[in-house]
Amino acid sequence: MTSKVAYADVEVGTELPAQVFRLTRATLVEYAGASGDFNPIHWNEKFAKEVGLPDVIAHGMLTMAEAARVVTDWAGDPGAVVEYGVRFTKPVVVPNDDEGATVEVSGKVAAKLDDNQVRVDLTATHAGQKVLGMSRAVVRLA
Amino acid sequence: MALDQSFVGRSYPPTDPYEVGREKIREFAASIGDPNPAYTDPEAAKALGHPDVIAPPTFVFAISFKAAHRVIHDPELGLDYSRVVHGDQKFAYRRPVRAGDRLTVTTTIDAVKSLAGNDILDIRGDVHDETGELVVTAWTKLVARAAEEG
Repeated sequence: MTSKVAYADVEVGTELPAQVFRLTRATLVEYAGASGDFNPIHWNEKFAKEVGLPDVIAHGMLTMAEAARVVTDWAGDPGAVVEYGVRFTKPVVVPNDDEGATVEVSGKVAAKLDDNQVRVDLTATHAGQKVLGMSRAVVRLA
Repeated sequence: MALDQSFVGRSYPPTDPYEVGREKIREFAASIGDPNPAYTDPEAAKALGHPDVIAPPTFVFAISFKAAHRVIHDPELGLDYSRVVHGDQKFAYRRPVRAGDRLTVTTTIDAVKSLAGNDILDIRGDVHDETGELVVTAWTKLVARAAEEG
């Protein structure tokens, strides 16, 4: 549990490297299998539309997993994450094509806490709209 | 129909142990496209101070949510799961989940609320390892949208 980032080198406002994640129908099927979440709104267009969605949507937990990577790639050790929480505010609609959907994630240090910990606030957007709210992680740095 | 407030504080017995396997972690990490070697290479994980490969932070949701199904499908509670969406998700880690863990989940209903016809259910899963140590707590907020009039 040793982050490669030193607490002393970080200030409130320090930006984490932003990342863009691409989600296609194939991604959703693979995540369904790995996570065991086979809800048809994530792979069956007909079903998704019947329940009032515009199309198939990504698993919220998949978006949450991708957003975490901005923190874990920065910290180096994923085991340095002490807390992580999000609110699912908008679905990520994934069309049935090769492009799929992209989610852009950025993060910055919002607070320095005790015990070498910092709070990182994340922003995740799809098509210009926030898809996660209250997206925060607490990480223990070196 | 609003959910019964008397369910607040109710706990469900611990689940049978879930054994965390290296290959399951590898499969999960691949599905989120994450090449971090701490998830797949025991030596890389050891170099970071972990006894074996660790799981990505959200991996444990599959385990905690499966345990939460006992609440969701509790006929006494009477939640209409067809109207449920995942509102919030939070985790607090004492340490990362790792290969070899045998995890049990104790599920508790933290809150039951009714807001503008929506039922809101806060479910907490305390995940313990085989020695009884708390590994992670998972909080899941579910929102059952109001049934349409008619």
